[in-house]
Amino acid sequence: MGEQKGLTIQGNMATALGAKLCKPDVIPAYPITPSTLFPEKISEYIADGELDAEMIRVESEHSAMSACIGASLTGARTCTASASQGVALMHEMLFIAAGMRLPIVMAVGNRALSAPINIWADHQDTMASRDSGWMQFYAEKNQEGLDLMILAFRIAEDERILLPAMVGIDGFVLTHTVEGVQVPAQEDVDEFLPSYEPPHGKLDPEEPMTFGSLGTPEYYQELKHDQTQAIENAPEVIDEIFDEFEEEFGREYNRVTPYKCEDADIILLTMGSMSGTARAAVDEMREEGKKVGLAKMTVFRPFPSDLIKEILGDADGVAVVDRNISPGFGGAVFAETAGTFINESKSPLLKNFIVGLGGREIFKKNFKEMYEKTKEAVETGEVEKPVEWINMDEDVMRG
Amino acid sequence: MSKVKITIAGVNKKPGSSREYKTGGWRTMKPEVDIEKCIQCLKCFDYCPDGAVKKTEDAIEFDLDYCKGCGICERECPVDAIEMKVEEK
Amino acid sequence: MTEEDKELFASGHRMCAGCGEGTAMRAILNVAGPNTIATVATGCLEVTTTAYPQTAWDIPLVHAAFENAASVASGIESALKQMGEKGETNIISFAGDGGTFDIGFQALSGMFERKHNVTHICLDNEAYMNTGIQRCSSTPYGASTTTSPSGDVSIGEDRPKKPLARISAAHDIPYAATATIAYIDDLKKKVKKALEADGPALVHVFAPCPTGWRHGSDDTIELSKLVVETGIFVLWEAEDGEICDINITKKPKERKPVEEYLKKQRRFAHLTDEHIEKIQKEVDEKCEQYGF
Repeated sequence: MGEQKGLTIQGNMATALGAKLCKPDVIPAYPITPSTLFPEKISEYIADGELDAEMIRVESEHSAMSACIGASLTGARTCTASASQGVALMHEMLFIAAGMRLPIVMAVGNRALSAPINIWADHQDTMASRDSGWMQFYAEKNQEGLDLMILAFRIAEDERILLPAMVGIDGFVLTHTVEGVQVPAQEDVDEFLPSYEPPHGKLDPEEPMTFGSLGTPEYYQELKHDQTQAIENAPEVIDEIFDEFEEEFGREYNRVTPYKCEDADIILLTMGSMSGTARAAVDEMREEGKKVGLAKMTVFRPFPSDLIKEILGDADGVAVVDRNISPGFGGAVFAETAGTFINESKSPLLKNFIVGLGGREIFKKNFKEMYEKTKEAVETGEVEKPVEWINMDEDVMRG
Repeated sequence: MSKVKITIAGVNKKPGSSREYKTGGWRTMKPEVDIEKCIQCLKCFDYCPDGAVKKTEDAIEFDLDYCKGCGICERECPVDAIEMKVEEK
Repeated sequence: MTEEDKELFASGHRMCAGCGEGTAMRAILNVAGPNTIATVATGCLEVTTTAYPQTAWDIPLVHAAFENAASVASGIESALKQMGEKGETNIISFAGDGGTFDIGFQALSGMFERKHNVTHICLDNEAYMNTGIQRCSSTPYGASTTTSPSGDVSIGEDRPKKPLARISAAHDIPYAATATIAYIDDLKKKVKKALEADGPALVHVFAPCPTGWRHGSDDTIELSKLVVETGIFVLWEAEDGEICDINITKKPKERKPVEEYLKKQRRFAHLTDEHIEKIQKEVDEKCEQYGF
């Protein structure tokens, strides 16, 4: 077991370094704020001879994902990075990568979607692709960004899964923020992540196969069911690999990590970088004697319904904090959390809070407000507004 | 056609398996060759969109499993050795 | 050359009777040989050859989407290079005119510019045939399609065909050529040159569509000949982006009137003598530019 090296780096560099440790063969990428440093770092690694890989400087994100698909089908380990409009532009190809069962890994600098154009953090870009069949991981800090890249390759390439995975790090909040990280030794990553040999076949003239067939109504539904089963069976595999990672590298990962939840009446459910602020808010509220906890979701796809029930099931109320909005309903995490409890005999009261869109800051006081509002709803038994937007500037609103 | 068990991601490991699908049934006109006239120039072979022309020792023959009856071979035969006739079913 | 085992494009595909693409594909894969990996864009060629669980392809093939045959091929080529497996393997991206001229053009231009060793083959039947004969930038002036219908105040398509091969050659790629299925040897020679080129190449193959052009299924080859003999479609090749010094590979001794070509297709049936005269004039001017 090699020694881990301490570095102080930006989030994009953490995901790039995580990718580099996985020795990808082909990296097609197109620059987009705030994830540009990823292709820049990869280019540097290649230029300096630190990484033996082919970088394809494609002309669009659509072609980035298309080239990932071609490379992966040829048996190459493949990754890319993108954000926001870039993820939106490759939307079509995300579904195809998953349908073809290709373990492509993508680092996403989570960013708002236009219009209005905005380069700052929220989860709208990846939430909009939650039905694409990709696994989705969200990092709270740069260390998680680095580790989750390694984990994403390992999980994606597991024969029981064989699906692409995206690792989200919040735009600027993580992508451009310098934090300390521990970098695993190359030989340990090599051991943790064996080389990739596609078990379902590859493009090889010695053994011709057709990929991407026309799926007629006679077969389409079974093929989709088969693909869906792979992601539904994934939680068990993910837990197993998270455990192995912890044993190997000493850092614990969970699909959902509870914090002070055992006796909590109210639990905040968060994702991404806001979780750190939420944790600090929980600590302060605990000091005031409030029974509040935090559940941090690291894996959004497959949705961790089992852990959501286990961790949130006994609380009186849950504040589901969404850094995204599905206009006409509410937040995506809220919808799925609510769906999780639909057939349960006991369910906590659920409130949804929309926060931090387009880089709007999220403060401790905002989490305290969410706690109070959820607590009030629990006490009165009335949920007047299931979905509330937090930290709005009333002065600029039209009325 | 009987159905098969699906493969992962619908990967098709049977190259050229479209041959199982006989398109000859689409045909309303059927080509016939006069082997006495045939000079084996193989224009019909080259031009056939369906790979339904086979070379024989001294002429050509049609693979009626696949011939869709388009009539290209008749039109392009330089010695008028091919004639399209109404398919009797 | 006639044994079934050498046919890499298998019978049993579901192309319409008399489809020019079938003729083209048999010839192209025959030249490329088994050491070839192909990508195919969504379109007639894809849907008629890959309906699960059958495939007409006897070489490795991937279909991903409509607009990206060239970028998927870029990924394949890079992967083979990186893993040291490129060797003599040919990589071909196939697309129709829609997947090349229109929606796939950006990906194609990117593949050319990055100098991937990929040959793009466009099977051009001059409209979106797979979706029901809609107009494309490949559709010639005067053709009636379902989205450029002729009518009391419409001639049908009112713009000239986009010069795909010339634009491709202008990328300074090592090889670009036009071909039709009437001249099979010329087509094969060009495909061979494209595959042997050290870098990206384009072969633009004119392939009539009896269904969309509304001509007899037996007219396919004749139309592919007439389009050259009238000078409407010029057969040429350009090496190393030499678009000012192209090599005309078939020069009709005496050009036939365009009417002979147009009258055989119902997509042009509405054209008046005046229209035909205008088309003839434009073809004459173009042929003059080409030096015949």
